[in-house]
Amino acid sequence: MEEKILRAEDLTMHYTTRAGEVSAVDNVYFSVGKGESLGLVGESGCGKTSVAISILRLLPENAEIKGGHVFLDGTDLISLDEEEMRKVRWGRISMIFQAAMNALNPVYKVGDQIIEALETHMPSMSVKESRERVEELFSLVGLDPKLMDQYPHEYSGGMRQRAVIAMALSCNPDLIIADEPTTALDVIVQDNLLREIMALQEQLGMSMIYISHDIAVIAEVSERIGVMYAGRLAELADAAEIFHRPIHPYTFGLMSAFPSIVGPKRELTMLPGEPPDLIDPPTGCRFHPRCLYSKEICVEQAPEFKDHGGGHFAACWYPLEARG
Amino acid sequence: MTTQEPLVKVEGLQKLFPLAGGLFTESRSAIHAVDGINFVIPPGESLGLAGESGSGKTTTGKLLVRLIDPTDGHIYIMGEGGEADIAHLRGKALKRFRRNVQMIFQDPYESLNPRRTVFDTVAEPLEVQGVGNVLEREQRVAQLMDVVGLSPPKTFLFRFPHELSGGQRQRVAIARALIIEPTFVVADEPTSMLDVSIRTGIMNLMQELADRLGVTYLYITHDLAVARYMVDRLAVMYLGKIVEMGDMEEVLHHPLHPYTKALISAVPVPDPTFERVLPDIKGSIAKPIDPKSRCRFYDRCPIKEKICEGSDHPNLEDKGAKHYIACYLV
Ligand SMILES: Nc1ncnc2c1ncn2[C@@H]1O[C@H](COP(=O)(O)OP(=O)(O)O)[C@@H](O)[C@H]1O
Ligand SMILES: Nc1ncnc2c1ncn2[C@@H]1O[C@H](COP(=O)(O)OP(=O)(O)O)[C@@H](O)[C@H]1O
Ligand code: SF4
Ligand SMILES: [Mg+2]
Ligand SMILES: [Mg+2]
Repeated sequence: MEEKILRAEDLTMHYTTRAGEVSAVDNVYFSVGKGESLGLVGESGCGKTSVAISILRLLPENAEIKGGHVFLDGTDLISLDEEEMRKVRWGRISMIFQAAMNALNPVYKVGDQIIEALETHMPSMSVKESRERVEELFSLVGLDPKLMDQYPHEYSGGMRQRAVIAMALSCNPDLIIADEPTTALDVIVQDNLLREIMALQEQLGMSMIYISHDIAVIAEVSERIGVMYAGRLAELADAAEIFHRPIHPYTFGLMSAFPSIVGPKRELTMLPGEPPDLIDPPTGCRFHPRCLYSKEICVEQAPEFKDHGGGHFAACWYPLEARG
Repeated sequence: MTTQEPLVKVEGLQKLFPLAGGLFTESRSAIHAVDGINFVIPPGESLGLAGESGSGKTTTGKLLVRLIDPTDGHIYIMGEGGEADIAHLRGKALKRFRRNVQMIFQDPYESLNPRRTVFDTVAEPLEVQGVGNVLEREQRVAQLMDVVGLSPPKTFLFRFPHELSGGQRQRVAIARALIIEPTFVVADEPTSMLDVSIRTGIMNLMQELADRLGVTYLYITHDLAVARYMVDRLAVMYLGKIVEMGDMEEVLHHPLHPYTKALISAVPVPDPTFERVLPDIKGSIAKPIDPKSRCRFYDRCPIKEKICEGSDHPNLEDKGAKHYIACYLV
């Protein structure tokens, strides 16, 4: 069997708010192979970012991991202390945050910001080595190394995003988590970046978790795809398999509602309703209030997330394949 | 056969934004946001406007509803009293014109006043135009709320924007735009901030209203897959110019301008087995500040030749079947 670098088991995370507990990640199970790119897709508020920050344990104060494990090459990250976890971040797993291009500090030169990250995470590097490393990283992501002494405002949106990717790659991570890195970019810039990210991932042999609400983008970058709904993983399978033979009604609904520029203009079917509030999620299968096929058992009991053959996982009492 | 009079006719429309000059320099530099565009929209036939950010789509939209004043050109809109050039209307005449046109904005979070209830927001255009009495207004608002899927209206009328979801807010914005029964609506990326579940609903709603109330849209979007479902014809803009215009499916499947080709091939496809042809285009979009007298697309064009640099920006010409292109080499 293929070697796995990361495995999340029954991962569960809550936020505490004045209105109540938000069940943002509930019993999530998936793994990422060495060198593999896994796409996580779902509408906003379904828990994608929450999964990412739970893996890295970069949680806000009101968040708490309630259960489960995150194994990185056999070590459970959940059991590590903060000091050990710090070494994992950047060095083993690094993350490109949503809207990260706006996170560059406007008053520091872009290169210096990466050098600072290097100094923090690789204290043995000399100043000269750090500068060389930044030059190397700039070339790697397709930025002219001369730009390292410029400020973020002198960069275009696409260039800033490249700089953020360079920063995430600075300590040679084994796994990179990219959270909507191209959202809000124009298609041509987005296309450029997607290509860059995919090329780098392959060239450096990294594993990747790519998060997006856009199923077309996910289709482009992922070898395997996990579909999240209301804090849970609804379905997980090979990219082509999940697109051509979705078995969870939510996955099917999501795909039928998504327009494409290719092929005949088929009718877009609407998914009625909206994802639920996770303070008071529906009982049983969290999708049941919106599901065409739901029966009593769906309301009463959460379906098991199980293998329907060939590593095609889904959590549904009435999977589409069984209905023919 | 009768040829129908267009609902909207735009001629040589231009909008320059002058740049602030330095203290000692008299600067006449300007951003040529919209730089001499022409198109017509027949009634009931929606036109899409596509192109990267900065190409001039929003400025075009705002000009058409006269939220901003054009630098030059004509905008003829068919109204009760026949066709009128509304490009330079002022005062009462401008107010009367506003009855016929409305604009829906991209961000439902920003386009609604956070301190006004749904009822106040939706009823406002009626008040401004002095339509009906309070009771009649209430009835009309309630009726339209039902139509846009905010029902039962009673549960929504007195909520504030923060008490609504993103999709509900956009429905309120649509209701507000349609309450005075405009003939023409500019919709500026109305679904780009919405998730799929909600987006399809809004798209369906807008089409249904077009059919039911006879609204014609100028639909601005950078998402060509969405445009496919919303418009009959598509105009592609680049740096203040329309570079290609034609039947939506025709442009999508047989794009002729190198910019349109790049734009289309950059769109990700929701099918992992589909192999895309890579977009052929250089660099990124710049600001059209005092553009040189040559093709606007010259710097990024993969097929450019000497003529493209030596002459002015090419004219938008009909290459047959009302498929218009502005390119020397096509
Ligand atoms: N800091 C927070 N405090 C409370 N609730 C939060 C916080 N961050 C996210 N949530 C809630 O957790 C759920 C999952 O959010 P998120 O992980 O951001 O989803 P996604 O990334 O898929 O959009 C949502 O219901 C969201 O409102
Ligand atoms: N009020 C303004 N003042 C100065 N420049 C503007 C203004 N509005 C738009 N622009 C500029 O005009 C050009 C076209 O902008 P816009 O119409 O918003 O394009 P789009 O909607 O296609 O993204 C851009 O270069 C933009 O920066
Ligand atoms: S006119 Fe020339 S530069 Fe402009 S798009 Fe056509 S080929 Fe390219
Ligand atoms: Mg997120
Ligand atoms: Mg715009």
